[in-house]
Amino acid sequence: MDFVLLIEQILNGVQFGIMLFLAAAGLTLVFGVMGLINLAHGSLFMIGAFAAATVAGWTGNFVLALVASLAAAAAAGALVEITILRRLYNRDHLDQVLATFALILIFSEGTRWVFGSFPLYLNVPAYLSGPVTLPGGIQYPLYRLTIIVIGLGLAFGLRLLILKTRIGMQIRAGQSDREMIAALGVNISVLYTLLFALGAGLAGLAGGLLGALQSVQVGMGEPILILAFVVIVIGGIGSVKGALVASILVGLTEKLGSVLLPSIFKLFLSTADATLMGSALASMLIYILMAAVLVWRSTGLYGAAT
Amino acid sequence: MSRETVVNLVLLGSLLIVPVYARAVDDPFLITLSTRVAIFALAGVGLNLALGLGGLVSLGHAAFFGIGGYTAGILASHALNYAPLIDGIIVINGSRSMPVIWVTTLIVSACLALLIGALSVRTTGVYFIMITLAFGQMMYYFSISWPAYGGEDGLPIAIRNEFPGLNSLDPFQFFLIAYAVLCVTIFLISRLQDSAFGLALNAVRQSARRVEMVGIATFRLRLTAFVLSGMITGLAGALFADLNRFVSPSMFSWQTSGEIMIFVILGGTARLCGPVAGAGMFIILEHLLGGISDYWLIFLGLLLLVVVLFAQGGLVSWLAGERVRRHG
Repeated sequence: MDFVLLIEQILNGVQFGIMLFLAAAGLTLVFGVMGLINLAHGSLFMIGAFAAATVAGWTGNFVLALVASLAAAAAAGALVEITILRRLYNRDHLDQVLATFALILIFSEGTRWVFGSFPLYLNVPAYLSGPVTLPGGIQYPLYRLTIIVIGLGLAFGLRLLILKTRIGMQIRAGQSDREMIAALGVNISVLYTLLFALGAGLAGLAGGLLGALQSVQVGMGEPILILAFVVIVIGGIGSVKGALVASILVGLTEKLGSVLLPSIFKLFLSTADATLMGSALASMLIYILMAAVLVWRSTGLYGAAT
Repeated sequence: MSRETVVNLVLLGSLLIVPVYARAVDDPFLITLSTRVAIFALAGVGLNLALGLGGLVSLGHAAFFGIGGYTAGILASHALNYAPLIDGIIVINGSRSMPVIWVTTLIVSACLALLIGALSVRTTGVYFIMITLAFGQMMYYFSISWPAYGGEDGLPIAIRNEFPGLNSLDPFQFFLIAYAVLCVTIFLISRLQDSAFGLALNAVRQSARRVEMVGIATFRLRLTAFVLSGMITGLAGALFADLNRFVSPSMFSWQTSGEIMIFVILGGTARLCGPVAGAGMFIILEHLLGGISDYWLIFLGLLLLVVVLFAQGGLVSWLAGERVRRHG
């Protein structure tokens, strides 16, 4: 096992984890405050990626593309919240699952209708491409490092927003008792729409940022959605801190597992068998992690005990 | 006879009449469509046991549908290649006989359901939904990354498996096999619903705490329901593999879980023949809308939204009226 490769994979894991956090933060807040399970969150991620790819195609400006990804996803989120989701807050989870599953169908097929089935590509801008040399002489892509920095900055900003601002105070109050803060004169439906748009915008931005590392296509959101669910289950529903810790944990497990497991198996198996067993087990590793956390604490790492 | 029983008999009757008619006018495609309805309905009947009766909103039933399909595919491929499945002190060969494959499928899916259920049934509500979805996805990725049985490309079954005394290659006779399995399962479920187990399960859905106070172990009850439910959906997967003569990781995908759930909800949650109505409606819509536009899923999505927001209870409740059962 190469030490440099190991560091590189750890950084990749952190980078992937941070992106998962951006997707999971909105999901966990929306569930914590509104009690809504939103399967269509992955579609907002996809909308962000498509908006970024389109705007980058028009203007060639990457910063504008990222702004567009955030704005488009936030706008789509607010629209969906106002027209449909708001009617579902007091329904049971089955109705929410079904309605948001219907939204996935509409968003995915709608996007396929507008953009076609071929993937779009979003290029990393010239000033962010190429490697950067880290202390210790390790080469690492500058773009991925930028993603880590942006993600950590946003995580810190979200923490400030929730802990230090008036809106954050209302969000936290809504989490513990939504009837009460409505009775105290907070316009709860505006707060919900804002919060939903914020979560959607973060997911969209993650879509824009990751869009430059993978192809932008219909169906790209659902793998992220399911990983975000795993993150929320591990971190505990409603906890932003839990989502951050769990995201990094899942990101590291995902990236390190696929590198480390085959080499561990090589110690006692033939190379071909080790690669086979290792990659098969690595694909299941985060779910095994989730199962382990559940056995240990059924409400996740930072979830409130029920 | 209650009105719902009449509706159920009409539903099952029409599912039989369509292929009989199709055979008379020699339309094998219509027979295949009816077979799909019967198989999807069976998968839905399985989920309905957990979701409708037990209140367990599983979004991971594709795991059982897929494992059933792969059990059938793997056994058949070993039998066709004359390569034993396990070759050691004991030798286990593959099989091309449907009854053998079905029994194996029931055992394998019961084991998987026991494993997934033991971890997920401990939780409730939204945790349960997310965890079942995640485990379903785990099986999906495993089926992709395990190359021995085709991996991402899937596994073809060169020739449809055999059923003693019938010619399963004939579309109509294969339909009859699937239809018979569906009817027997529905009959067993109707018995189960009125048994002590069914009544207790119904009570657990409504108030787990009260049932516990009466002295019934709710965890074991729910887990049993989840395992039975997984076994039925697994059996449907085995039949689906034989229908298509092909299994692929897409049987494990979360869209499959969502579709099975749609069959249940469109038809009517906790209604005995709800999944039959739901699966029938789904296939009819797929054909009507699919003929109009390649993007028919948009319309399906809109229809689902309307059903969820404005028309609760599904098709069977609408037809049979009375007694609106609520889930959750």
